[in-house]
Amino acid sequence: MAKVLLLQGNQACAEGAIAAGVTFFAGYPITPSTEIAEIMAKRLPEVGGKFIQMEDEIAGIGAIVGASLTGKKVLTATSGPGFSLKQEFIGYATIAEVPIVIANVQRVGPSTGQPTAPAQGDMMQARWGTHGDHPVIALTPASVPECFTLTIKAYELSEKYRMPVLLMLDEIIGHMREKIEIPDYDTIEKPVRKGPRVGPSEFKAYEPDSDGVPPMADFGTGYRYHVTGLVHDETGFPNGSPAATEKLLKRLHEKVERDIDKITMYEEYKLDDAEIAIVTYGGTARSAYAAIDMAREEGIKVGMFRLISVWPFPEKEIAQLAQKVKVIVVPELNYGQMVGEVKKAVEGKVPVKPMSKYDSEPISPKELLEFVKNL
Amino acid sequence: MEKLIEKYYRPRLPHIWCPGCGNGIVTSSIIKAIDKLGLDQDKTVIVSGIGCSSRASGYLNFDTVHSLHGRALPVATGIKLADPELNVIVITGDGDGTAIGGNHFIHTARRNINLTVILFNNNIYGMTGGQYSPLTPTDSKATTAPYGTLERAFDIAELAKAAGATYVARGTAFHANMLVDVIAKGISHDGFSLIEAVTQCPIYFGRQNKKGDASAMLKTQRDNAVTVEAAKKLSPEQLEGKFKIGVLHQSEAPEYTKQYQAIIDRAQKGAK
Amino acid sequence: MIEMRLSGSGGQGLILAGIILAEAALLDGKMAIQSQSYGPEARGGASKSEVIISEKAIHYPKVTKPNLVLAMTQEAVDKYSKDLPADGILMIDTTFVKKVPDHLKNVYHLPITEKVTAELGKALFANIVALGAIVATTKAVSVESITTAILHRVPKGTEDINKRALELGIALVAK
Repeated sequence: MAKVLLLQGNQACAEGAIAAGVTFFAGYPITPSTEIAEIMAKRLPEVGGKFIQMEDEIAGIGAIVGASLTGKKVLTATSGPGFSLKQEFIGYATIAEVPIVIANVQRVGPSTGQPTAPAQGDMMQARWGTHGDHPVIALTPASVPECFTLTIKAYELSEKYRMPVLLMLDEIIGHMREKIEIPDYDTIEKPVRKGPRVGPSEFKAYEPDSDGVPPMADFGTGYRYHVTGLVHDETGFPNGSPAATEKLLKRLHEKVERDIDKITMYEEYKLDDAEIAIVTYGGTARSAYAAIDMAREEGIKVGMFRLISVWPFPEKEIAQLAQKVKVIVVPELNYGQMVGEVKKAVEGKVPVKPMSKYDSEPISPKELLEFVKNL
Repeated sequence: MEKLIEKYYRPRLPHIWCPGCGNGIVTSSIIKAIDKLGLDQDKTVIVSGIGCSSRASGYLNFDTVHSLHGRALPVATGIKLADPELNVIVITGDGDGTAIGGNHFIHTARRNINLTVILFNNNIYGMTGGQYSPLTPTDSKATTAPYGTLERAFDIAELAKAAGATYVARGTAFHANMLVDVIAKGISHDGFSLIEAVTQCPIYFGRQNKKGDASAMLKTQRDNAVTVEAAKKLSPEQLEGKFKIGVLHQSEAPEYTKQYQAIIDRAQKGAK
Repeated sequence: MIEMRLSGSGGQGLILAGIILAEAALLDGKMAIQSQSYGPEARGGASKSEVIISEKAIHYPKVTKPNLVLAMTQEAVDKYSKDLPADGILMIDTTFVKKVPDHLKNVYHLPITEKVTAELGKALFANIVALGAIVATTKAVSVESITTAILHRVPKGTEDINKRALELGIALVAK
């Protein structure tokens, strides 16, 4: 039976994972994401799943990579310095095509920064944190209910494209409590991993289907394949030839790029007649809704394009937005990160104004309203 | 032997190891131990890190993971805890397992999860061309220690024991039959097992330290190794410069995945 | 929309009080958001729990213009009542608070901790007494819903004493 609850974003993320069929969590305590680990520690054994607190952040993500190879849906959660430490395995899971989900509840950085204060300063790290060229899928919930639904979505995407998916929460969303209607978990469709359609003798572990994604066998089912972080060919074994290298990197990117329209998620708020567009995401979107409502009362035509999937960046949609409005404002809790992507997509067609705040406080609706009025 | 090759090795020769390297002997000892125990090949997983020894996973016909440098144990822990039915064997080296992976090493031992770790100890970083590791003896030459190493080496067996490993053994490439035996015992042991396999690197350790060729290094293993039984009869003076081989430590403690299953049973009872 | 800030020191149960208040609002069919200060601030020292209740969707989750500030320590008054407008309600626990800002008109001087210790034998239920006073003063949520929400959150076996604490709080502002 559906339930109405008052939950924190972090709690909703953990419950979303359980609803999606997650049965394995490994992690390390770090503020402000720790509640996710605490809830998983309690909830997973109840559903027959496993929780383990590892010796460090790297081990946390390493263990979920291992568990995913056995066919389990897996989660780890982190913040700040922990997200930096996890980058090594994010790269591994990308090249070895191991589905994993990482929740990063952003706090002020760099380094230890301000552990309990909100920021959105990891947006570029989400894109480029691990070395080398790689595709990324990252989602930014802006409410407690969305923490639940986007966590489920993260598993759909991660299983479908066989890659890490990042849930980029921020401290505002992770720690606030609000109303959420939680459906009966039995009514939620569990994302399914595409398994091999041939027997072990014909199986090539990294031979893609036409969607660019190879079917994945669970360890222990007789397929006996090799998983490596080295560049490999469709057999899965190392092959460092220029041709194999280019082929693999191209496929990893293209499996995401060809589906960008399916992956892209955004919300338009009062944009129909807007002359000013606010492009934002996550906790800052909450300020934008309020500021827009206040501005509308004063007759200012402003609306919001809220990024739900930030990576891959919805370049096409932002370019279209630039055709409709006179100016774009990008408020974010950092020194200016996604604003660069917006500028790139807008290509100078309209002015793009950053509204950066990096003092550890959220942007208040009034501040944003003043900014819009002073444009 | 030919049959073992066909059954347990992937047709991926030649391997990357240098002439005279002991890694082939250690790898075949693992295979012989697996064969001796009759492990289900489909239910056995080999996980390795990065380095010369860690390349072994790619040659062996099981589900295999060539993971990240130092990170074989977290990946293996994830596999074993997620599916305790699988036999999980970890192949690592002295640099991979005790330097970059040192923290994972002590904590995995502490947890007493049923993994069997075979640590190929060649006293050097071979893959990157001869740099010193935490198991390089003091005052050895390495490309990053042209004046000799200052640091003391770990006794990795003692470290494992202190960290809570419930099975600790040492063997050498020279004593290959005994190595098979201590690996088999480690796999059968229900808990965290460490087998240190002393192996020779004539190219990157031997040459820099004038240890002679591979056969000379194997002879050194023969001359310096003392079985646990024989060591009992020797005085500390007589043991100077020697190292013990055989089962160095074995104890009983609750195994992690079994303990966790008990938690699941409790939580599910509570929920209903 | 009503914006409330419950402040005091760590250990006075104000985070829980905020959660209970927000849950009571949901029981009334309203929207509610609760947030709180974390970290060193929340371990001893001054801590706060904020609750916004509204008939409509609440966008911004932080209190920007409080209608009510509950302050259970002097430090909390000094730190968290600054943005309270002149006509806003300041509710203080006179057990710990001696000085209040001059500009405020609606100050409720309530002997919360003193009273609960005298009547129920434990300071532990001061947060529930405060909830009673807040509900009676603001009518932000119904007495029925706050009672249900309290009973849902408190440990088994303490239901009766918590109910008495709530009634004590309601009575504190009634006279």
